[in-house]
Amino acid sequence: MLAASHTAIHPPLHAPAHEEGGFWSKYVFSTDHKVIGLQYGMTALCFLLFGFILMLIMRWQIAHPGQPVPLVGPLLASILGDTAAKGTISPDLYNSFGAMHGTIMVFLAIVPLAFGAFGNYLVPLQIGAPDMAFPRVNMASYQFYVIGGVIMLVSFFIPGGAAQAGWTSYPPLAEAIPTDGQTFWLIGMVFLISSSLLGAVNFIATVIQLRAPGMTWMRLPFFVWAQFVTGFLLLLAFPPLEAAGIMQLMDKVAHTSFFLPTGLAVGGQLAQASGGGSPLLWQHLFWFLAHPEVYVLILPAMGIVAEIIANNTRKPLWGYKSLVYSALSVGFLSFIVWAHHMYLTGMGTRISTFFQTTTMIISIPSVIILTCMLISLWGGSIRFTTPMLFVMAFLPMFGIGGLTGLPLGLNVSDIHLHDTYYVIAHFHYIVAPGTIFALFAGIYYWYPKVTGRMMNDFWGKVHFWSSLIFMNLIFQPMFAQGMAGMLRRMPDGGANYSEARVPEALGGLSPGIMGMHTYILWAAVALGIAQIPFIINFFWGINHGRAVDSDNPWEATTLEWQTPTPPPHGNFATPPVVHRGPYEYSVPGQERDFTPQNELLPEMKTA
Amino acid sequence: MMDIPYTVAPRLDTGLYNAKVGIWLFLASEVMLFGALFSTYILLRVGAPEEFWPHGWLNIPLGTANTLVLITSSITTVMAWASCKMNQFGRFKVFHACTLLLALIFVGIKSYEYRDKFSHYEITLKDGRLADGHLLESKPDHVVIHGRFVADRKELFDLRAPGASHQQEEITLPRAEIKKLENYGPWHNTYLAIYFTLTGLHALHVIGGAIVIGFLWGPGSRLWRRDPERFTNRIEVSGLFWHFVDLVWIFLFPVLYLL
Repeated sequence: MLAASHTAIHPPLHAPAHEEGGFWSKYVFSTDHKVIGLQYGMTALCFLLFGFILMLIMRWQIAHPGQPVPLVGPLLASILGDTAAKGTISPDLYNSFGAMHGTIMVFLAIVPLAFGAFGNYLVPLQIGAPDMAFPRVNMASYQFYVIGGVIMLVSFFIPGGAAQAGWTSYPPLAEAIPTDGQTFWLIGMVFLISSSLLGAVNFIATVIQLRAPGMTWMRLPFFVWAQFVTGFLLLLAFPPLEAAGIMQLMDKVAHTSFFLPTGLAVGGQLAQASGGGSPLLWQHLFWFLAHPEVYVLILPAMGIVAEIIANNTRKPLWGYKSLVYSALSVGFLSFIVWAHHMYLTGMGTRISTFFQTTTMIISIPSVIILTCMLISLWGGSIRFTTPMLFVMAFLPMFGIGGLTGLPLGLNVSDIHLHDTYYVIAHFHYIVAPGTIFALFAGIYYWYPKVTGRMMNDFWGKVHFWSSLIFMNLIFQPMFAQGMAGMLRRMPDGGANYSEARVPEALGGLSPGIMGMHTYILWAAVALGIAQIPFIINFFWGINHGRAVDSDNPWEATTLEWQTPTPPPHGNFATPPVVHRGPYEYSVPGQERDFTPQNELLPEMKTA
Repeated sequence: MMDIPYTVAPRLDTGLYNAKVGIWLFLASEVMLFGALFSTYILLRVGAPEEFWPHGWLNIPLGTANTLVLITSSITTVMAWASCKMNQFGRFKVFHACTLLLALIFVGIKSYEYRDKFSHYEITLKDGRLADGHLLESKPDHVVIHGRFVADRKELFDLRAPGASHQQEEITLPRAEIKKLENYGPWHNTYLAIYFTLTGLHALHVIGGAIVIGFLWGPGSRLWRRDPERFTNRIEVSGLFWHFVDLVWIFLFPVLYLL
């Protein structure tokens, strides 16, 4: 009710002045959560495409080691010089691309898209707030993200190129490489982490403080819960990596030995360092962030999936409270599983038993979430819209990704599978046909709210079916390659360990396994082509898509659909008051099959 | 058009205004940041050979003085906030002037301690002897230090024993005899690495906090006339940050100076 009194005190006279600022204040230095959300979204989509192109070049190199890259080869040679001489990819350049593909996809594409873009745009709308709690902090968060991204991009063009030690940046390797790429990476990461921290503080404070009257905790849409838990993961897991990043930066710049052990030899000579440091320390601090980070990648996607399932099955989510408590449990448990990434470091059996146990426990709430969503489909009259198709694919794809993770969480089987293509297939099933499919679904679903126009459904379906097929063609063979023992991060795709190269060796990679590289390459190229309909659809739809006939084209219940389209600065025409839970679909006795959260029913009016 | 609610007045069910929620969340992340660095200290120390972990390298009286300086500044910060609450703007100005002065003293003492470390050299001579002391003079052909020769490098690590480093004299060493000359910077060993990283990050927090408090004391204090409640909130939020910075030092001091 306080919100209402605020509106009464301040006549909206000064409001237009704020809205009608120049181009710079409206689109670049905006403090409006929706504009910032779109800024995050557009920037992150560009990084997503860039990370994908890096991967395509790497897949070419893996399938055809040492041969010039078609199309982009001459361009690479002219920009990057010796590392891409004659358009071929040197091992150093391959390592750079590998490290930066991971870094860009995780920290510059998926997290900013899932948390920065969707969270920023939708959380205030879904809780009935006029904006985020700290609009200027929000703007700073986006600016830090851009600065971090620019530093990462610039590092490609410095002498020696970008960081080469993988997105995990394990020392001593990361520090022993005598180029400055790693230093740029570390400085870039400090900016990206600071950006996430500012965002996380803002999101959590917004959900705690700015819920509209009547929006109790158990009336929050599941998407908001997912973002809320994600906020806590970013808030508490990222600072240890920031500390680790500062220490690795000290090692690089001030020549300390935080991560350099005594007696370390680099290139056959004793390293110029005092020693006494611990390489394992980095791994602990890194994975203390990077395991919760996995749930940062997946929770917002699950939030999107929940919203779209409820809307397209026209019935309430099955087990809303179980979903909420599971998300909270996942959030908590994700802080105590990190060392399952480190089984091969020689840790004691008691420690590995502990982490193996917590890893198995965390799969319980994850499975509960997926099961709730699956059961939600039961008995629904499902509308097979484009967003719903992506969501329907998310469920089995995430299922494959999750189940194939179990052998990695058990340390006996992990010893064989660690650092192979199996790991790559596993986490890409989670993130690519999992999270990215959910993000595509979200884009198709909320597009009409943002632009007032629909994306083309036919081309949406073309995009969906082709993406689904090619995603699986890319990642399914990698399980086989990994189980056959093919290691990741080899610039020749394992040619040196193939039966063709060393016929006398036992367990060499068979021609069948090696031959999959070619299929994967062309599937990846096809996946790239399959994104063209999406890109055209996305931009064409802004001006030419079918205009929506109401503010609520999907007939949804949550608050973001009860605003004008697109929502103006300040969001709601009148401050919303919430009367019911988020998924009141097909309530018996109602005229329509959906009852918005803020709708005043006739019997309530008379009462 | 709606304004953002609870920017000044607290929300009824949480009892907090937005910025207070924000600062507590931020401090939670700061706990994790410094927590990771303290964990690093523990891991590095546990992994180091006992006789090569330094003891007594830092000046305890100076550290104690700095601890008292920061605790006093926390008191003046509370008093500054209480003065705002009691509508005594003049007293607020006095108390926060003290806070700023104390912050300056803290950074001054810290810089003096840093300078002491950077001018302190361990010198390995070509005949295998070790010299250790503060640099007095550096010339192209020789260096002069105020220090001592040690037979065993271990002697440099525990300075707690009475008289451990007393017999200091002026020593002139020709450059030609010097094999390696290294000062007590963060590169010297992992103790100094974590010392400089922890206290450096802490000092950055002190400086950052002082800049914010300085702004609120100077140009930012004009808000007092327009919206005293909002201004008081800002003093409270910046004060919470200041107390946290103080608290970090309360942990830093025993860990680095006394243990």
